Amino acid sequence: MSIGLGHYLTVASILFTLGVLGIFLNRKNIIVILMSVELILLAVNINLVAFSSFLGDLVGQIFTMFVLTVAAAEAAIGLAILVVYFRNRGSIAVEDVSMMKG
Amino acid sequence: MGQFLPALPEIVLAVCSLALLIAGAFGGEKSTRSISYLALFALIVVAVLVLRQPDATTVVAFNGLFKSDAFGRIFKILILIGSGLSILLSMDWLEREKIARPEYPVLVLLATLGMLAMVSANDLLSLYVGLELQSLSLYVLAAFQRDTVKSSEAGLKYFVLGALSSGLLLWGTSLVYGFSGTTQFDRLAAVFATGPASVGVIIGLVFVAAGIAFKVSAVPFHMWTPDVYEGAPTPVTALFAMAPKVAAMGLFVRVLVGPFGHLLLEWRQIILFASVASMLLGSFAAIAQKNVKRLMAYSSIANVGYALLGLASGGLAGVQGVIIYMAIYVFMTAGSFGVILAMRRNGAAAENLDDLAGLGRSRPGLAIAMLIFMFALAGIPPLAGFWGKYYVFIAAIHAGDIAQAADANLLYAAAVIGVLTSAVAAFYYLRIVKIMYFDEPAPALDASPGRAVEAVVLVSVLVMLVVGALPTTLIDASIRAAKTLLTV
Repeated sequence: MSIGLGHYLTVASILFTLGVLGIFLNRKNIIVILMSVELILLAVNINLVAFSSFLGDLVGQIFTMFVLTVAAAEAAIGLAILVVYFRNRGSIAVEDVSMMKG
Repeated sequence: MGQFLPALPEIVLAVCSLALLIAGAFGGEKSTRSISYLALFALIVVAVLVLRQPDATTVVAFNGLFKSDAFGRIFKILILIGSGLSILLSMDWLEREKIARPEYPVLVLLATLGMLAMVSANDLLSLYVGLELQSLSLYVLAAFQRDTVKSSEAGLKYFVLGALSSGLLLWGTSLVYGFSGTTQFDRLAAVFATGPASVGVIIGLVFVAAGIAFKVSAVPFHMWTPDVYEGAPTPVTALFAMAPKVAAMGLFVRVLVGPFGHLLLEWRQIILFASVASMLLGSFAAIAQKNVKRLMAYSSIANVGYALLGLASGGLAGVQGVIIYMAIYVFMTAGSFGVILAMRRNGAAAENLDDLAGLGRSRPGLAIAMLIFMFALAGIPPLAGFWGKYYVFIAAIHAGDIAQAADANLLYAAAVIGVLTSAVAAFYYLRIVKIMYFDEPAPALDASPGRAVEAVVLVSVLVMLVVGALPTTLIDASIRAAKTLLTV
């Protein structure tokens, strides 16, 4: 059995679903949310590269480079905000992020 | 060289923001006010450059990644106005809260650059890069008051949900790319013109729409809005309510009416649902609010619902309705936040509705201005807010006349719900007027919020009155802009 486009898309879909579920079901730690975001972006990259190779078109791989770069910037900003939050609140538990409600 | 000219405003803005970043790094905290003025000057220069581009031309540059047309230009002007007004609103406030740091105006400029890139995107790649430049700057701005829990929590929430929405958008992008073979808008439009789209493209379209709906805070992707609006520093909230919302709405129209225009029947029901749900939730949830910034958050959700009704109508009238709505919305919001920024007592921000009590006697000028903004938001004629709602509802009814039976009924129903929810919304807008004029006076607010804030309030009042009485210029400009989007 050869590995075709469908296999890559399946793996990417599983990773994407894991990432989204990780954001919504996770009740413990905000770092886990940051990891889930990375998971989503990497699932997208697998998709893009698989399509790019399947279509014989380089645009998908160029797109992947941009996504990787932006993901790095996003992680840096996310961690910086998290540090600021921890200094004020002394905790990064998800259930503590609830000053404002209603 | 010639191919860079269509992007000249963006290039100038990029160079200016980097130069101001360096100037701010050397100048330190005391240079904040001069950096703010320079940033304002840069925004004005960029606006002039945008206006100097010939109105009728549509130029595609950078190998199809970038498009300069009348539709993008009108949104660029609105974005530049929104950012400029928010810088004006921020200067005194930042100094009073002792968080005046030169990176504030620089971050606003970078976010503006991202927004300009977004509305002139002609490829899913440039769309994504512009959107992220905007979002990453805004995450930092939300957490700008970094020694308070509220602001850092707002930044954190905005970051997490914003990153999730970017992920959804990207996932949709990858599916659209894979199942149609291109990311360029013109080529996508050509692909979809030839026949029915595959299921993969439709799923991708839904994800892309969900990602952008997050950014405009349409229901069911609105949950970050009230918290972020309440927690973020007030001038940042004002910025959030103006420029990014206009930019994301422009992007929404550009993407759905442009490349996905032939799939109107596929996305119309999604947008109609988001529109009706936003109008209902925005109107009813706002009734229970006591914090004025939270109230403005729900009000902005409802306003996005009205603008989305124009988008769901599609066609020339629908796009025109969105442009008119967003143009008037920018000024209504700027003025309201100007008044909210003036709400300070004993040197601290007073953000509850009750704090407005007695404003009619203690600060009559401010109270009249707030009254005008509330009447405009409620859509009461002769003020400008009326025209925004009028053109959106007319577009929905006309679109219903030519749509197929099922869609027609939905469009009519949405227009009726829109009119009814604006009556519900009138309740809480007019309650603010009642609190200002008829309630037992609260202790008086602090003296003047500063010249810049007063200027913003005055300009917004004038726009409300002048555009309300003479809307023709705006209507003509919006028709011209809508036409360029639809003929391509």
